Amino acid sequence: MIDTGPAIEVTALTKRYGDFEALRGVDIAVGRGEVFGLLGPNGAGKTTTVEILEGYRERSGGSVSVLGYDPARRPIELRRRIGIVLQSAGIYSQITPREALRHWAAMYPRPRDVEEVLALAGLADRADARARTLSGGQLRRLDFALALVGDPELIFLDEPTTGFDPEARRAAWETIRSLRALGKTIVLTTHYLDEAQALADRVAIIKDGRILAIGPPRDLGPGAAQYRVAWRNRDGELLERDTDDPTRMLHELTEQALQRGERLEDLSVGRPTLEDVYLELTADA
Amino acid sequence: MPEALQLGWRQYRLERRMFWRNPSAAFFNFLLPLLVLASAGAILSGNQRDLDKLVPSIAGMSVMSTTFTALAYNVVFLRERGVLKRVRGAPLPAGSYFGGVAANAVTNTALQIAIVTVAGRVLFGLGWPAHWFELICFVLVGVVGFAMLGVAFAHAIPNFESTAAYVNAVFLPVVGVSFYAFDSTSAPGFIHTIADALPLKPLIDGVSAAMVGGADLGGHLDALAVIALWGALGAYLAVRGFSWEQSRT
Repeated sequence: MIDTGPAIEVTALTKRYGDFEALRGVDIAVGRGEVFGLLGPNGAGKTTTVEILEGYRERSGGSVSVLGYDPARRPIELRRRIGIVLQSAGIYSQITPREALRHWAAMYPRPRDVEEVLALAGLADRADARARTLSGGQLRRLDFALALVGDPELIFLDEPTTGFDPEARRAAWETIRSLRALGKTIVLTTHYLDEAQALADRVAIIKDGRILAIGPPRDLGPGAAQYRVAWRNRDGELLERDTDDPTRMLHELTEQALQRGERLEDLSVGRPTLEDVYLELTADA
Repeated sequence: MPEALQLGWRQYRLERRMFWRNPSAAFFNFLLPLLVLASAGAILSGNQRDLDKLVPSIAGMSVMSTTFTALAYNVVFLRERGVLKRVRGAPLPAGSYFGGVAANAVTNTALQIAIVTVAGRVLFGLGWPAHWFELICFVLVGVVGFAMLGVAFAHAIPNFESTAAYVNAVFLPVVGVSFYAFDSTSAPGFIHTIADALPLKPLIDGVSAAMVGGADLGGHLDALAVIALWGALGAYLAVRGFSWEQSRT
């Protein structure tokens, strides 16, 4: 069956826990083959959103479609086509990675080769170790491996690299990029800005259950069209000015500086980073 | 083989392997009741009436410990560790999962009943069970009933650290009252009333009749009904309150 609609379509999604409104009308569309990042501070609603998409939670309102299915009904056909890396999920303490992957692989119609997945996750040399002897990072890689062994077309990663050392993080990024290259759709939540910037085709910034901004990382946010010129004045004070026309501003600045016989120390022209946008958007008013 | 059945079978095999790899679980499931049987048997040795009471009592207790206790522990542990949550996200039918888990408990019960029966025959002067069919009926209904009660009871346990306290708060009084009422006709009337209303004493009655000789199944249908009623209540509560995740409160 070929279906070409978006991988995920979410409209006016709300979620209430008692009096607390965790999601207050979220709209998201994720295309096939896209890497979509959900970025936000703790408690913003990232995990609630993905867990509704994964079928763990029921929504209070709005409509949700994942690969054409309603995840709240938890159809097994949908579960066969998605892979889930939860923020934290356990495994039998006495199982080995190889046994776990074989066990999980048997649940899917077209699983990947277990040995290949072990190697991909960097667990080949720990394949026969009991899970209770694995390090935190190795267990996280086992989470990855278990999510990939069914060769899913859509993969959810809830803070996949939290707690990784820089090297393991780079390795995880490489894995995610290679999945993208295979045409997989990926939804990832993170509170690391560089992670969203490095991996995601599009990012949604979420706070207090609302999407504040959505788009490719490089042109996100209200000041997206602007450039920021910065320099130090004679007193060593750092000055910044935003402009749409950096050429003209530089020309004027340098002209004035030359007339005064000054140097513009630390002169730079930059675009607001995702971090600037993020901090601006999520700052409490 | 239909796919759901095949997945259930795989789950069962995994549960068996995990069970044997956890020495302390294996110890509590098998050795503890056997140690009780051996030590009490040594004390009572020579007194056939007491031995005739002891063996079915231990058999009944074994059913409860391999199902009620073991499942309450397991469910709380797997829930708290997030294993249940992971299982729920996988394309594994819930029936295959619980089928495998339940079959694992049933296997442990069957092994224990077999060991206790053989020990009764070889060590304690009991004959082979007089009514095999009755024995199987009671053990089967007992297994299902206590398993359901164990899963249901797991909902009441807030976290894994307190599991032992919660489980023993139920297990020990039930065993105590049931053993007392079963052993002593002179026990106060209210003890008998309580014990007859709980599921363990009827189970021991039935197992005793089947093992030691007594009325056949037709004479113990009321006892079987009591266990079945508890099982139905357990099933209702187990399904209704089941939670795949640890609540975050």
